[in-house]
Parts: sequence; structure tokens; C-alpha cells
Amino acid sequence: MPVDTHCPYCALQCGMRVSAGTVAPREFPTNRGGLCQKGWTSAAVLDSPGRLTVPLVRRDGELRPSTWEDALDLVAARLRALRAEHGPDSVAVFGGGGLTNEKAYLLGKFARVALGTSRIDYNGRFCMSSAAAAGIRAFGMDRGLPFPVTDLAGAGAVLLAGANPAETMPPFMQHLTDAELVVVDPRRTPTAEAATLHLRPAPGTDLALALGILHAVVADGHLDKEYLAERTTGFDDAWRVAAAWWPERAERVTGVAAADQRRAAALLAEADGAYVLTARGTEQHARGTDTVSGWINLALALGLPGRPGSGFGCLTGQGNGQGGREHGQKADQLPGYRRIDDPAARKHVAAVWGVDPESLPGPGPSAVELLDSLGSATKALLVFGSNLLVSAPRSAHVASRLAALDLLVVTDVVASETARQADVVLPVAQWAEEDGTLTNLEGRILLRRRAVDPPSGVRTDLDVLHGLAVRLGQPPQRFPTVAEEVFTELRRASAGGPADYSGVTYDRLRAGEALHWPVVSTDDPGTPRAFLDRFAHPDGLARFVPVDHGGPAELPDAEFPLQVTTGRVLAHYQSGAQTRLVEELVAAAPEVFVEVHPDTAARAGLADGDLARVTSRRGSTVARVRAVASMRPDLLFLPFHFPGAGRANLLTNPALDPVSRMPEFKVCAGRLSTVES
Amino acid sequence: MPRRVVVAGYGMAGARLAEEIRRRDPAGERVALTVVGAERHAAYNRVLLSAVLGGSLRPESVLLQDEGWADEHRVDLRAGTAVTGVDRSARTVTLSDGSTVDYDVLVLATGSRPWLPPVEGLVTEEGLAPGAVAFRTLDDCTRIVDAARPGAPVAVLGGGLLGLEAARGLAHRGNLVTVVHPVGHLMERQLDPAAGRVLAAKLATLGIETRLGVTAARYLPGDGLKLADGTYVAADLVVVSAGVRPASDLAEAAGLATDGGVLVNDALCTSDPRVHAIGDCARHPGTVSGLVQPAWEQAAVLADLLTGANPAARYRGTPVVTRLKARDVDLAALGEVHTEVDSADAEVLCLQDATRGRYAKLVLREDRVTGAIVLGVPDAAAAITQLFDRGTPAPADRLALLLGHAATAPPASPVDLPASATVCRCNTVTKRQLVSAWRAGARSPADLATATRATTGCGGCRDAVRTIADWLATT
Ligand SMILES: Cc1cc2nc3c(=O)[nH]c(=O)nc-3n(C[C@H](O)[C@H](O)[C@H](O)COP(=O)(O)OP(=O)(O)OC[C@H]3O[C@@H](n4cnc5c(N)ncnc54)[C@H](O)[C@@H]3O)c2cc1C
Ligand code: SF4
Repeated sequence: MPVDTHCPYCALQCGMRVSAGTVAPREFPTNRGGLCQKGWTSAAVLDSPGRLTVPLVRRDGELRPSTWEDALDLVAARLRALRAEHGPDSVAVFGGGGLTNEKAYLLGKFARVALGTSRIDYNGRFCMSSAAAAGIRAFGMDRGLPFPVTDLAGAGAVLLAGANPAETMPPFMQHLTDAELVVVDPRRTPTAEAATLHLRPAPGTDLALALGILHAVVADGHLDKEYLAERTTGFDDAWRVAAAWWPERAERVTGVAAADQRRAAALLAEADGAYVLTARGTEQHARGTDTVSGWINLALALGLPGRPGSGFGCLTGQGNGQGGREHGQKADQLPGYRRIDDPAARKHVAAVWGVDPESLPGPGPSAVELLDSLGSATKALLVFGSNLLVSAPRSAHVASRLAALDLLVVTDVVASETARQADVVLPVAQWAEEDGTLTNLEGRILLRRRAVDPPSGVRTDLDVLHGLAVRLGQPPQRFPTVAEEVFTELRRASAGGPADYSGVTYDRLRAGEALHWPVVSTDDPGTPRAFLDRFAHPDGLARFVPVDHGGPAELPDAEFPLQVTTGRVLAHYQSGAQTRLVEELVAAAPEVFVEVHPDTAARAGLADGDLARVTSRRGSTVARVRAVASMRPDLLFLPFHFPGAGRANLLTNPALDPVSRMPEFKVCAGRLSTVES
Repeated sequence: MPRRVVVAGYGMAGARLAEEIRRRDPAGERVALTVVGAERHAAYNRVLLSAVLGGSLRPESVLLQDEGWADEHRVDLRAGTAVTGVDRSARTVTLSDGSTVDYDVLVLATGSRPWLPPVEGLVTEEGLAPGAVAFRTLDDCTRIVDAARPGAPVAVLGGGLLGLEAARGLAHRGNLVTVVHPVGHLMERQLDPAAGRVLAAKLATLGIETRLGVTAARYLPGDGLKLADGTYVAADLVVVSAGVRPASDLAEAAGLATDGGVLVNDALCTSDPRVHAIGDCARHPGTVSGLVQPAWEQAAVLADLLTGANPAARYRGTPVVTRLKARDVDLAALGEVHTEVDSADAEVLCLQDATRGRYAKLVLREDRVTGAIVLGVPDAAAAITQLFDRGTPAPADRLALLLGHAATAPPASPVDLPASATVCRCNTVTKRQLVSAWRAGARSPADLATATRATTGCGGCRDAVRTIADWLATT
């Protein structure tokens, strides 16, 4: 029987139909019947030879097949011993933005209740944290797109800051065909090629650009004063900063012509409905939160957010990047997008969990800090749905930290690079093999249904959590294994929080209802468009935040004269653990490459197709040269999907954003040379 | 006890220094700060005065700090008061209100003042004659705006950067503007004669007349200017913008070394180690004064030194990029601009397109941009400035650099693409695959989509696939 479900990969969550182990696109508002090559080929991972089907335990240095009972017993015993010796915070949990809401929720509960550790964070820290922090600062609430994706189709102009959807979520482009596109990206990406106006700031200077455009908005008479007065506060302070960024000054820092900044301002201001959207390119910086605030300030000055037909939003990356950041796998969070340091939130959630609020740990360290602590404060790490050895910054250091652990447990679908380093590997079911909900980039809750049987030998993540919790002395009913039951509990835990799911039921989802959170009761139709009447701050107003440009944490110098930026290509998803198992995708993008201006390559003695070495202060990567004439001569680009010596993250700088704790993936200093040197 | 720092001048440099000091020492534990400013306003952004003149920003929009800033940040601000004397042995300054203030460190940030050309009748005992206004302060700006009724003729004395910004602003307000400039071409310090000519022609299209190579001889209040060649320029108002001179008289009177500005070293010290100077009044060998970027960089370095936040901080100079801020005129000039096209030791490219108001000249040495004039090619100006500032080698395709966007070739028709070219990116479908699918019987765009998945992602290649299908049908 064909089953309607959604793609296993990105946050667009394209509608697809799975039958007899094959996949076909289906009409759904976000993808309008389209799929990218990743979606089309996603069924290949179901029966890939790379699939894990038996628990593995390291003995005499080798990962060897084991049984579930033995593996879980072993993990539980080691965890108990470590906790007894070093305290509960010696055990840490690392989650992922690809996990379903149910898994993310139960994982957070497992950490706080069964392990009693404050040390839980997830790879969404590398993805959405800057946008989330800036959104909360400005609007009082973070929902990636606070409006349905389909609203974009009616826009007159859309500014995309650091987003390359033409490669990362192609069907999304169908919503942008009528709008004038302003694309902000240092590279001439396929998205930039589709733009009316391509602004190419030097890497790490996006905020100066946002300030320059804001200046132009004011100086050229585009400020929406009525909106400012009615719906916002704090403009004067933000202007004080932007006043110092007249477009000619912003031009010198960013390399974006003042005339183009003015044109961008005019395109947005004069359009019949405009949107400003951000994504990782502008967010993954040590000043990422401020940079997003800069774009939000621009959108507010133009009067866009909280009005039908215009707005501000961020494009979520991972499949459940939205739901994953709402239900408690983040170091400072409890379900429902509640703060773990808020006494009322602790009380509410503890009541749902049937534990004493006092017993809940407080906020823990963020992802990069957590990884830094491995082998010292942290003795054991449980990883769910993340291949952090490839996806975390400064990977060589991460590898050494993982190696210093007493115990590394990885649950995964495939033998990811991180799994191969583990002491215990637990094989779990994936996407089409189990039920679960996800929340897509527009805050809509979706049901992904079981369409095929999992291979024998694998269990679900919920089973794993249950098995471990029980072995750690938890009552079995506290860790349900049926997704719908977990969801029912999640509804109660989220009730009254900003991301309130209490009115969402599996039945409503099965019936095809389009439910965007908050959904506060079972007859609430949900909130497709947030903020129409008021923003989520107590006074109902949106806040301008005065932010100033600071520039990248690491600037080029004589030793490392170039800048390195990283990103994604169409054929692969994140660390590539899944997509690198799909023959067709490997054929399309077989290996890591470095995009570079032909002159810069020639200066390093390299030509298109040669193998090159890219080096930064943290490590070096070997990659195939792709000479691209449209590149800035001082810039290198590498996709981060590839393993081993091809890991782009061997180069990246773990300098952290002070607010979101996002590392600076998008710019560091580097140099290019032949492999031998 | 915190050190007593007294700043003379509450302009762009003085105000920035106060902010930078308080950013490093918010509670005033290390530095007790007094700022003395001759102007009565809160500090404002002088650079934006042309925008105020042109009507795009209101005066209150260019204030750098709000009224309460000094109080909130423990700064003893004496606005509307001038420093009238410095006693270096007693370490005190005297103020125009008769008071004295002791200092441990004195910072001169007195900026520059307009130079008034020797034109008969222009300067009276009380300063500029009625109907003549300089262009330096916010008050000047208000006076100009009040006096320049729309449609009225205005003369601008001086065709340098500021004169032209003023001229453009006034023309935008609806004034009939004539720029009188004693040199044979506009902005002669930053432009070569050919660029100056293209600029003058461009300004003419915006209604700005230029009288070049001739000085003003007499000012006739209410009538205008009589020029040295005997002709007249009618003007209800004369805006004087003939250049500025560093305000270094205080320093001179105090016996500090000056030479067209107060001489400072990399620690921004004058000849007296207890006295520093920054901004327009200072002269550092690494930069040209009169621009704000050096002033702000100097303020940051000096704040590092005075608060002890970074005793090793030094100011090494700022490369100068001149950027005209005038609506519809996009002009940047940097580095060596006067190097001739036939120079023996530099590579010089030059492109003139006077009809379209474009001029681009690029000077390179050892592959690096060392000078440029870019008029009317905005994105080239931006790219060249980045190469200049960063010292990045220039791309081998110099022409593309000079032409900017204009150099981008239009996309090829899918028919002309090589077989290996990807037509559908979303599904990595090449033209070759489409051709094979056609040969295997997929004879319509829909069949081609089913066979290859082309068009099933973002749909952006739909036209290309249709074109290829049509082409295959006819070949
Ligand atoms: C219209 C206009 C446009 C400009 N455009 C640009 C541009 O696009 N780019 C650029 O880089 N630069 C530009 N400039 C130049 C820029 O404004 C100056 O470089 C900058 O203001 C220098 O800062 P400063 O603090 O040294 O001097 P100022 O800003 O001139 O401040 C000096 C202050 O000190 C006060 N003062 C003087 N003597 C005393 C005393 N004895 N006691 C107390 N106070 C005293 C003055 O009244 C003044 O307020 C422009 C200038 C003008 C007028
Ligand atoms: S990866 Fe994203 S864009 Fe591609 S099919 Fe899946 S959900 Fe759609």
C-alpha cells in the first residue's frame, strides 16, 4: 500500500509517496509536486548495504557484532559506574535536528530525568541557533517562517541573506518565481544567478551590509514611520548605529556598491509585498545573532513583519530543525520552547514528567563547549542522529576529544564516521520505517508514517531510550516506545509554552489538517501567520536591537591570505552520512572540491581538476580544484559533506557567538597550495 | 585615582574617542573624562551633512549621541565651550567660560576649519559677509537650507569633494547651481583632467554648471560673484567650500610641533608626550587628514592606550579612498590617480565613455591595485576598492574588473550548450541524458521529465527543456 509521507532530509519536508520501497513526489504546498535528487533517491538508503542492522561493541579495538541485550546492559552498567564515580554531569547527550519531535522530546527527558545531566545539546546549535536567538530578541518568539511558505508566491520582492535554496531546497524556488530576488551571498550561487540583484559582501561583513541598506532605507525616504510607531520600539538606538554606516562606508567594508545597496532598499520598499529571509550563510558567524538582528531591523524599518503579505523569516535547514529546537534537546530548554531556568517552566514540565522540579538540572554547556569538555569533565557521550565528527567545527580537535572519552555510544541508521569511533553502536530505524512528527520550516507539524518494515535487528530510538532508562532504574511507563504515546505526552508538556502543541493530535494530522503552532486546543485551527495582531513580547511590540558590525573572528594575514567559507551542494545532505551511500548522488558529487578563482588557483600552481591542499590554523583538507571565474579572488569555498581528509570542518574556526554559541563556520583565514607542500 | 583625560573638541573624533574609552572602561575606573566642545549641539555626524543639505536626512537624524549620553557614561561634557589656551607646564587648559581644567592627558580633536579664499567683499569683520555661508557645521547647513529657496541661483565656491556634494544637494532641492573652481578640472587632487571633464559633463546633466580655471574676484551680496575673467555668476547665496585647514592654532600657541596639522607619531603623541592629537587636526605620516575613517581608527587606538586596554596598540595609517556622496554620481578615487597611461613602470588601464558619464582608470604595480578613478561604474568601484584595501592580487582579466556587471556575458541558449552541461541541476540531468531519452522515445517535455526527472525539482529548467525538445524535434 502506498503511504503518503515526507522526505527524510531537509526542512522543506517535501511531500512524497512511498510504495514498495520506491519514492515518488506528491502535491504538497511546500514542494508543489517537486523533489530534488536527494528526495527522489531517498529510498536507496532504506536497503543500502551501508545500513547498520546489528549492535556493535568495541572489543580489542574492533567494533564487533553483539546483541541488543548485551549492548544495552553494557552501556547502562558503564553509565552507572561513571555516574557513581564522577557525578551525573559526567555523562552527556548530543542530539540532532533530524530527529522527530518525539525523539527530541524523549531524549531531553532521558537526559534530565534518567541521567540527571545538564549536559545535553544538539547539532541545531550549528544550524539555527543564531536565527533563533535573534528572532526571540526581536519578536519574543522564534518560528522560522512565521507564515506559510506559499505566502511567498505573492511577494513582489524577496531578499535572501546567505541562503542558497536553488541548491539546498530546490522545490522552494517555485514560490519565488514572480518576486524580484535580492540575493546576498559572497558566491555567485545558482540562487544568485536567479536574482534580480546579487549583492556579494566579503565573507563576514553581512552585518555592515544590512546596516548600509538600513541607512539607505532611511535616507531615501523608505522608512515606514507609522508601523514603527504602532508596532515597534527601539528604532532610535538602532538608527544611531546605522547612521554611521552610510552606504559608501558600508561599500568599503563589504565590497557591495553603494548604488546596489540603495537599489536593494528601493526594491524591497517599492515592492507590492516584500520578505527578508535569512539562512546559514549569514547566521553561522561568531557575530551571527547580531547579523540576523541587523536583517530583522531592516525588515522592521520597512514595516514587513507581522503583516499579511510581507514578513521576516529564516529558512530552517535540517528536516526537523524547527521541532528539534523546541522540545528540550537544547542545553537551555524544556519542551514547548520553554527556558530551563524559568521556575514556572520547570514546575510545569516536572509535573508532566512526575518528578520533583528541584531534581531537574539547570542549563548546560552549548555544543562546542560540550565537545571541548569530552575527556575532561565529560566521561561518556551518547550521540543520537548526529555525525559530529564531520559536522562540528575544527574536526581534528573533535576527533581527539572523542578519543579521550571513557565511553562513546552512537545510535545511527548507518555507520557514520562518528559511529566508527564509538565503543557501542546501536542500529536504529529511519524515516519510512517508523512513525513520527516533524515541524517543517514554516512551523507546520507533519506526520511521517511508517511505510516499510525496518530491517530485522534494528530498533527505534524510542526503544533505545526506553531500554536504557529502564536499566538505569526508571519506571518503564515513563519512557513510552510508541510514537503517538510520546506525542500525547509532548502535547501536555508543551501546553502553555511558546511552541504549544497541545491541540495537535495524530488524528488531526492523519486527516491532513495544516496545523502551524501554536495550536492551543483540539479545535484551534492553529496559527499559520503569527504576529498579525501583536508580537510575542509582553508589550506586543517588536524590538529593534542596536547591533554594530564587528567583522570575522579571524582575518586573513600574510600566512593565511585567503578566506575560506563552507556550505552545501545539492546532491548531499549535511555530513553526507546518508547521501554518500546513494550511488546516484555520489555520481553527481563524488568528492570534496574547493571552488576558487582561476587566477588564485594558478598562483598556487594549480589548475581545474588538480588536487589541492587547503590549510588553516586548525588543520588542512585535500580537495579537488574547481576553477570558477565568478569567485572573489580572495575566497575559497568547500562543501562540508565529505569525510576523512576531505572534511571541510578540519579548517573551520570554533569561535563562538556570544549569544547563540554558534561557531563561525562561514569564514576563516586559509591558504591554498599543492598537495605536496 | 583614574587618570584625568581632557578632550578638546566634541566632533567626530572627540565623540568617538569618548565612546571608545567608555566601551573599555564603562565605570570610569581608569579614566576620568572631560570633553570640551565649541559647538552647542550634541556631537553629530559631519559626513552626513551633505545628506541633510540634500534633504534626505533631518538634522536630528545625524546626531551621534543623544542628549543624555554624556551623563549616562560619566563624561563631563562642556558643550558650547571652547578651549582657549593650554598651559603645558601647569597641565591645565583654559576654557572660553573662564574656567580652567587640570589634565593628566590632553587630547586635541579640534578638527579643521574652512579656508576662506581671498575674494573681495567675502569676509567682513564679523566673518563671512551676509549671503555667504561656509559648509562645515550643522549650523552652516541650517543656514544654507534656510537661505536656498527653491529655484534661486546659488554659487558654490570650490569644486572639491565637499563643494560638489553641496552642489548636488542644492540642485536636488531645486536650486540653480554654479560651481566656481580655480583649477582647470574638478577635484584636481583626486582626479586626472580627463576624469574631471567626464564628471563636469555628468554634473551638467543634473543641472549643475561649472566654471573652471577661474577664480572669484569679488563678492557682491545679493547679486553674486564677479570672476577674475570679468564675467558674473548670479547667486542669491554663495556656499564657500574652498578647502579646509587643520585647526592647530591651540597647539601652535602651546608650542607643540605642527606642520599643516599637529604632528603625531604612531602612539598619536604630539611633541609633548602628555598631549595627543587625533582626527582632522592631526597629521600622521600614514594618512591624509580630512576624512573620518582615520579619525575613527585613531580614536580606537588612543582609547586602547589611554585605558591601558592594549598598551601595544599603534596607529599605522589608513589608505585613503575618496568617495563622492552625491545622488546619481558614483565616483571613487584612490591611491595614485595621476599616473599617466603611458607610464613606464606601472600598468595603467583607462576607459573613457563620456557619453554615458563613465570613466575608469586603474593603476597597478606588481599585480596590485595602487590607484584608481572610477566614475559611473559603481560595482567596479566597489571591487577595486576591496582589492586596494586588502592588497589582493588583481584578476588577470583586468577589463572585466574595470567594466563590472557590464562584463557579464548573457547566458547561452541551451541549444548551444555542450552535451555534458547540466540542464536540470536539481536532478543532475545533463543535456546528453535528455538527448538520449529523446532518442529512446521521450518526445515531449513531460516524457523527458518522466524519463530523466528533469524539471521535477525547482522547475527552473522548464524553458530549457522545452527549447531542447523543440530543437530535437527540428533536427
Ligand atoms: C559636508 C561634509 C562631508 C564630508 N564627507 C566626508 C566623507 O564622505 N568621508 C569622509 O571620510 N569624511 C568626510 N568629511 C570629513 C569628516 O567630516 C571629517 O574628517 C571629520 O569630521 C573629522 O573629525 P574631527 O573630530 O577631527 O573634526 P570635526 O568633526 O570637525 O570636529 C572638531 C570639533 O572640535 C570643535 N573645536 C574646534 N576647536 C575647539 C576648541 N578650541 N575647543 C573646543 N572645541 C573645539 C569644533 O567645533 C568641532 O565640533 C566631510 C565633511 C563635511 C563638512
Ligand atoms: S532534500 Fe529537501 S528539497 Fe530535497 S526532496 Fe527532500 S525535502 Fe525536498
